[in-house]
Amino acid sequence: MRARVLIRPKAGILDPQGVAVERALPALGFAGAANVHVGRLVELDVEDPTQLEPMCERLLANPLVEDYEVQLLDGSS
Amino acid sequence: MKFGILQFPGSCDEVDALDAARRVGDAELIWHAERDLKGCDAIVVPGGFSYGDYLRAGAIARFSRVMESVIAFASEGGLVLGICNGFQVLCEARLLPGALLPNANLRFTFRQVDLEVLQADTSFTCACALGERLSIPAKHSWGRYYADERTLSDMDAAGQIVLAYAAGENFNGSLRDIAGVRNEAGNVFGLMPHPEHAVSELLGGSTGGLKIFQSMRMAVEGVHA
Amino acid sequence: MSELSSPPHPPGVEDALALGLTRAEYELVCEKQGRAPNQVELAMYSLMWSEHCAYKHSKKLLRTLPTEGEHVVMGPGENAGAVDVGDGMVCAFKVESHNHPSAVEPFQGAATGVGGILRDIFAIGARPIAVLDSLRFGEPASTNTGERARYLLDGAVSGIGHYGNSIGVPTVGGEVYFEAPYEQSCLVNAMALGLARRDRLVRSAAAGLGNVVILFGASTGRDGIGGASVLASAELGGEGEDAQEKRPTVQVGDPFEEKKLLECSLELLERELLVSLQDLGAAGLTSSASEMASKGVVGIDIDVAAVPLREQGMEPFEVMVSESQERMLCVVEPANVDAVMALCAKWEVNGAVIGTVTDTQRMRILRDGQLVGDMPVRALVDDCPLYELEPQKPQQPLYTAPTATLSAGTGPAETLLALVSSPNLASRRPLFEQYDAIVQSRTVRRPEQADAAVLALPGTVGGARGALAVSIDCNGRRVAADPYWGTVGAVLECASNLACVGAEPLGTTNNLNFGNPEKAHIAWQLSESVRGLGDACRALRAPIVGGNVSLYNEGAAGPIYPTPVIGMVGRLPDASRAGSLGFARSGDEIALVGPFAPSLAGSELAKLHGEALPDGLPEVDLAKAGVALEGVRDAVRRGSLSSAHDVAEGGLAVALAECCLAGSVGARIELDDAFWEEIAPVASGGRSLSPQAALMAALFGEGPGGFVLSGASAAIRELGARTRVLRLGTVGGEELVIATTGANAGPSSGPSIVTTLLQLDEAHAALRRLFP
Repeated sequence: MRARVLIRPKAGILDPQGVAVERALPALGFAGAANVHVGRLVELDVEDPTQLEPMCERLLANPLVEDYEVQLLDGSS
Repeated sequence: MKFGILQFPGSCDEVDALDAARRVGDAELIWHAERDLKGCDAIVVPGGFSYGDYLRAGAIARFSRVMESVIAFASEGGLVLGICNGFQVLCEARLLPGALLPNANLRFTFRQVDLEVLQADTSFTCACALGERLSIPAKHSWGRYYADERTLSDMDAAGQIVLAYAAGENFNGSLRDIAGVRNEAGNVFGLMPHPEHAVSELLGGSTGGLKIFQSMRMAVEGVHA
Repeated sequence: MSELSSPPHPPGVEDALALGLTRAEYELVCEKQGRAPNQVELAMYSLMWSEHCAYKHSKKLLRTLPTEGEHVVMGPGENAGAVDVGDGMVCAFKVESHNHPSAVEPFQGAATGVGGILRDIFAIGARPIAVLDSLRFGEPASTNTGERARYLLDGAVSGIGHYGNSIGVPTVGGEVYFEAPYEQSCLVNAMALGLARRDRLVRSAAAGLGNVVILFGASTGRDGIGGASVLASAELGGEGEDAQEKRPTVQVGDPFEEKKLLECSLELLERELLVSLQDLGAAGLTSSASEMASKGVVGIDIDVAAVPLREQGMEPFEVMVSESQERMLCVVEPANVDAVMALCAKWEVNGAVIGTVTDTQRMRILRDGQLVGDMPVRALVDDCPLYELEPQKPQQPLYTAPTATLSAGTGPAETLLALVSSPNLASRRPLFEQYDAIVQSRTVRRPEQADAAVLALPGTVGGARGALAVSIDCNGRRVAADPYWGTVGAVLECASNLACVGAEPLGTTNNLNFGNPEKAHIAWQLSESVRGLGDACRALRAPIVGGNVSLYNEGAAGPIYPTPVIGMVGRLPDASRAGSLGFARSGDEIALVGPFAPSLAGSELAKLHGEALPDGLPEVDLAKAGVALEGVRDAVRRGSLSSAHDVAEGGLAVALAECCLAGSVGARIELDDAFWEEIAPVASGGRSLSPQAALMAALFGEGPGGFVLSGASAAIRELGARTRVLRLGTVGGEELVIATTGANAGPSSGPSIVTTLLQLDEAHAALRRLFP
C-alpha cells in the first residue's frame, strides 16, 4: 500500500518560509495569493497502514509544532 | 570529573566540546552505536548536523542506541548538556520542553551574542552570577525556540528559562528571547549558542563558555558557589 | 586488437564534434586506437581531451611558473599542493573553480565546488581545516541584470555555507566583486586548506600488479552527464523529454555523505590500508582511474557492473562519465580488502571492488566481464595535443566603460561615503555571517578582524603556538587594464595581507579565470598574466604549488575581466601576536608606510565616475614593495603595533575608514607637507592638477605597497630604517577627520573630510539593504 504523509506547520506558529513565498509571488506578477504555508511531504510503501499514525507521532512529524495528514493512495503511483 | 561527549555521523563540534571539557576535567568521545556511557559523570550532546539534519534537526539522532542510555541516565538524575544540534536532539527526545524551529530570517547565521544568566543556581550556571553576561558564539539555521504559551508560563514560573539573548541579540526569533532551558528536575540543560567556542582568549577573545563546564564540575563534585 | 561488444550505432565524427573534439583531434584518436573509437571510448577521450581535463591551451604556459621552494613538499600535479609548516606537519591547499555549473544552478554549483576542493585535500591525506571563497557577479543594482546578480550571489553564498557548515569545515575568508563583464559568466572559486603529518601524505599513482581498485562513497547516478547524452543508444530514447529528465546536468552535493567519506578516508590512511587514493571530480571515474594509471605507469581494468548505482539501466559510458559527488577511488593490496570494506561499513559508505591494476598500460572497461572499451593510458592522459597560444595585444578596448554612479565633481566627503557603500567595498557581513568561521576551534582571526584569516596550529614550539595565515585576492578590472602589472598587484595584495597579520608566505595557488584562449586578445591576457604571476611569485619567494584553469568564460556581450585568483598561505610563529586591522587605542599614532604610489587609473573611484579602463597600470618596484612588506611583518610579530591594514581598493581614505569601522573609533588625520611632497607628484601622474584634483588622487588613488599602521610612535619610527614612513595622525574620537595642514592647506581652511562613525557604519552596511 502506498501512503503519502503531508506535514504542515501548526497554525499560530510563525512560518517564515510561508511568509517568504507569500512575499515573492506578487513580485513575480502573481496577485491574489494569501495564507501561504510551506510543509513537507513523505511518501512510502507500507504493509500495515495502521502503523502510519504511530510513525507520524514518533518520527515523521514533531506533533508539538506540526500537524500531519495521512493519505492512502489507491494503486501504485 | 569525567565528561562524555556523544558522536553521531555528522557531528561537527564534538571535538571542540571534547577540548573544552578537558580544560575542566577528563573527557572522552562516545560513539552513537555504543550503549555504555563509560562511567561519565555528565553527558554532552554536541553541535553539528547529526544525520544531515534530515527530516528535522535531531529527529534521527534521538533514536540512536546511545541516546537510549542517555535517557535512562537522565531519568536517574545524571547531568546532560545539549549544545545547538544537541539541544535539538534533547527536545526531540522530550528530555526538554519545546522545539527548535527554522530561524526567523531563514538563514544560517553565525554571530557572537551576549547572553544573560537568568538562573544562577542551576547545575550548569552555578559558576555564574545572576544577571551576568556571557559572550558566546551562536551558529545555526534552526534555533528559534518555541513552546506554547501555557508551557512557557509554567517554565518561567519554575525557573526553567536559564539563559536569554540580551536586548538586540535575538536574531533567530526565539520566543521570550530564550537561549537556554533546563528540565523541571534541573539535571538536563540545552542551549543554542556554543559554550565550547568561548573557552579561549586566543580563539575569539571570550571565556564565558568555560563557566558552563565549570558549573557542571562544581555540581558533580558537590561544590556550591 | 580485442573483440569489443559495441552498441548498435557506433559513433562517428559528428558525435565527436558534438562532444567538443575538433576534427583533427578525432582523427588523432582514431590513430591512437588504430580504429574508430566506440561509444565508451569516444566519451572518455572527449572528456580527457577537453580543456578542463587536458589544459590544452594553458599547459605550456603553466610550465613557466616557479614551483620549487624551501617549504614545498608537494608541487603541482597531485590532487593538492603542500608546504611544510614545521613540527612534522604540512599544510595542503588548492583553489578551484566551478563557474559554469554555478551559472546554471548557483546553490548546487557552489556547494559541489566546495565539496570538490575538499576532496582534493583529503585525497592527499590532509584533514580539511578551512575554506575561502572568491566570487564575481554582475552589478547588483543594475536595472536589467541586478536581479540575476543578486539571485546568483544569494544562491552561491547559501550553497557554500550549506556545504562548509554541514561538513564541519570553517569558511574563514573570501572576496566578492561586482562588475558588468561577469554578468553572463559568473565566477565561483573555492579554496581549501588541510593539515597532515608529513609522513602521512599519500600520492595518487596506482601501483602493484594485481592490486585491487575500490570505489567508495556515494552511489553513482546520472549527475553531470548532460552533454554526453548524444551518445545514448536508441533503446533508452535518446531524444525527447523523457531522456532529458534522465540526464540531469546539475550535480547535487551531499555534505553529510562527504563528512562520512572524509572520516573514512582519513581512517583508511591512518591504518595504512591504501596504496594510493584519488578523488572523483570532473569527468568522474574516467579521469580518476586514467590519471591514477598514468602516474603509476600501469594499466587498470574496470568492470562497470561492479559500480554501485542508484539509477536503473545505466550504460557503460554513463557509468564512466558520471559526475555523481562524494566518491573516492583507491588502490588496495588484496590482503587488505576486507579491512577496507569493514571501515566503509563502519562509516556507512558504499565500498565496492570495481577493478584491478594491470601491467598492460591500457584502460580497459568491461561490463560483466565483457570488454566494452580499450584505450592506451598514455593516449588518454598524456597525448592530448597541446596548443600554442597566439597572443596579440588588442588594438581596441575590449570592455565598455562602467556606468557612472557618481558625478566627477563630487567632493571628498561624499565620495568617501559613496565608495564605502559601493558594492565592491561595502561590508560583506551579510554574506560571511552565513558561514561558520570557527568550527574546529582553530580560528584566531575571523572575517573583518584582520587582512588575512589566521588559524592556530596544534602544539607549541618554545611556549608559543604557531599559526597559518591565508588570503585570496584578485582585482579583475585592474588585470583587464594591465594583465601583467594587474596580476603582479594581485600577488602583492596577498603577500601584503599576510604581512599585516605577521605571516611569511610559504606558497601560492591560483585559479586562472579567462575568456576564449583561441582569440588572440584573450591569449595575450593569459600569457601576460601568467608572466606577471611567475615574476611576482619568484620575487616574493612564494612558489606555485598547484592550481586550476577555467577558460571560455565569455558570453554574447564579451569576455569576463581576466581574473587570475591568487590564494596564498603563510605562517606566523606566535598566534597570540596575529595582527588586526582595526584602530585600537586612542592616542595611537597613525602612519602610511611603504612605497605607496597612488593613481586613479583603474581605481574604484574611476569606476564610480564611469571612466573607461586605462591602457596599462603604473609599474611597481617589486623589490621595494617586498622590503616594506617584510618590515610590516616583523613589526607585527614583535607585537609593537596596534593595527596593520594594507591599502587596497578605494585607496588611503577608504583604508582609514575601514580601520575606524573595525576598531569602532575615529581618527584625526592631518596631511602635512612631508605627505604632500611625497604623494602629490605621484598621484598627479606628472600632470599639473588643481589642488582639489590632487587631493582626490591622493585620497582615493590605488596601487600596491601601502600600509596603514597604528601604534606607539617609537614602534612606527623604527620602520623608517627599512621603508618610507609618513605620519598621518592620531586615533581617537567618534569621527574620521582628514585635513591638510601646512603649505598646502587651501584658502578655505577646514578639513576635507569629516564623517561620523555612525555615517560610516550606515554606508558600510549597504549590502544588507540588498539582501533583507
